[in-house]
Amino acid sequence: MMSETTPQVIVRDVWKSFDGGRIEVLKGVTLEVADGEVLALCGTSGCGKSTLLNVISGLEEVDRGMVRVAGHDVVRETTRVNLLRHHIGYVFQMHHLMPDLTLAENCMVPVIAAGGSRKDGMARLAELAAATGIGPRLHQRVRELSGGERQRGALVRSLMNDPELLLCDEPTGALDESNRERVFELLLELVRSRGRTLIMASHDQELAARCDRVVRMRDGRIETDAG
Amino acid sequence: MSLWRMILTNLRRHRVRTAIGATGIALGVATMLSVVALLGGAVSMFERILRTDAQMVVFERNVSDLFFSNVPVELVDELKAQPFVSGAQPMLFTIIGAPGRPVITCFGIQETDGRLKRGTWLSGAPADFRNGEQVVVLGERAASFLKAEAGGTVALGLGNYRVAGVVRMENGFENGGVFMPLDTCQRMFHKDGVCSVVSVALAEGRQASEVKDWINTHHERLTAMENDEFSRSYSQFRILKTTAWVVGGCAFLLGGLSVTNTMILSVFGRIKELAIARVCGFSRGQVARMILGESLLISGIGTVAGWAMSWGGLHLLRAVPQLQGYIEPKIGWMEVAAATAAAILTAVIGALYPAWYAARLKPAEALRFE
Repeated sequence: MMSETTPQVIVRDVWKSFDGGRIEVLKGVTLEVADGEVLALCGTSGCGKSTLLNVISGLEEVDRGMVRVAGHDVVRETTRVNLLRHHIGYVFQMHHLMPDLTLAENCMVPVIAAGGSRKDGMARLAELAAATGIGPRLHQRVRELSGGERQRGALVRSLMNDPELLLCDEPTGALDESNRERVFELLLELVRSRGRTLIMASHDQELAARCDRVVRMRDGRIETDAG
Repeated sequence: MSLWRMILTNLRRHRVRTAIGATGIALGVATMLSVVALLGGAVSMFERILRTDAQMVVFERNVSDLFFSNVPVELVDELKAQPFVSGAQPMLFTIIGAPGRPVITCFGIQETDGRLKRGTWLSGAPADFRNGEQVVVLGERAASFLKAEAGGTVALGLGNYRVAGVVRMENGFENGGVFMPLDTCQRMFHKDGVCSVVSVALAEGRQASEVKDWINTHHERLTAMENDEFSRSYSQFRILKTTAWVVGGCAFLLGGLSVTNTMILSVFGRIKELAIARVCGFSRGQVARMILGESLLISGIGTVAGWAMSWGGLHLLRAVPQLQGYIEPKIGWMEVAAATAAAILTAVIGALYPAWYAARLKPAEALRFE
């Protein structure tokens, strides 16, 4: 999909504000993320980490600047939808699974969105469920699952269409110590074993230190960028 | 899981909401079908009174109601003398009262009129129904509520009448009505020499246009119509049919509001879920299709329930002894198709705003929504 030299993500001089410009959240952010890179976005709450993830995924429109993912400009709606279907996976701090569906049904939502076949989707689900250990819980409703299981389920859902880029917003933020470690390990393993790119927003210094690169944000700007 | 499965799951997990939406549509379908069937049945019953053994009807031009029509009875003999007519029968429609029953339909007919012979005579005999006599033949239901029997007398209007017989008629109006010799009826209602309508049977191979032309030439105050033409143009029928469709349409408006309300609640109740669907790659079109699909499914459930409700309701009404003979529901494919089409249209229109709103949701904003 991309040449080796093209970065997976290019963010150039991106500005984003809310409330009619009164709250500036991103102030000229420029960032490039290479294919296969595992990057941690760190910073205190409100520094703009989540907003940056949202503009990269196209969920949030920028006021100024340019965002390209896999060589595609995310400004256009059709491009955004295609990227979210085939190229980008997203994991939130809260799992955001649909509570009345089973875990398997939740995981099939991206497959439905992409118009994929049920058979292929189920095969992919079985593979990812085995890798994450949620196989026995697939047919449980979300409300019957533990916090760790839900977050692993959300991780599986984000990987169903085999995205090249995974965006995670505090993926372990709502988990206890043991689940936090387990989910993070799993995340790293799934991303690295498949050569995927990960951008993870986190204020957990310990987890960030285990990534290839740590970018620190402060007050809407990139403060440090350490490889 | 397909999009349809997802739609089904969404409806299943909000059963009460789904049931309320479907009930709105069901009531719309049931009301439309029932009202159209009942009024259509009533119109059809009245039509059959007119078209007994006849293809045409002659009545006074421009009357709003056949009760006000005055046709000279001599017309019957004039028509019978025409080569294009094989038979003609006069009928005088009136309303007569009895103690405790202020409104009873009274049919003034000649003894030669074939309609009484086709009824099932429960008592008495056709031979006792003779012109000029102070007699009546009662429909079975009329005999029941007037508590009268053949050979006895019954008080009607200002007079007492001998009951020549009791007849079970298929037609509800006739079964609940009183048959009186035409001249007796004319005297009673001060309508000497006139009737309301003349039913005309065409001679074999002759055309209705011949009767129309003859009437136009010789009786310009009157008009002749074929039965179907009469049914289409008679203002009372048109009013009844229009009323039926308007009442049914109003019921659908309410049903449509119910679907809109259900779908709005459905969308507002799961804004985050819709946002997640967008994050998972759902396009705006897919989200809109999902909402429209839910609405269509609710409407489909409601339509089937509405069919069942109207079918059951009409059968129950027919079983009510007091209404027997009066209820003759008439549901054709056109009515069913119209009600179904209205339900589908209602579902689509009712879901337009919720679908538009859901499709316009900005996922990032929606995820922050509490």
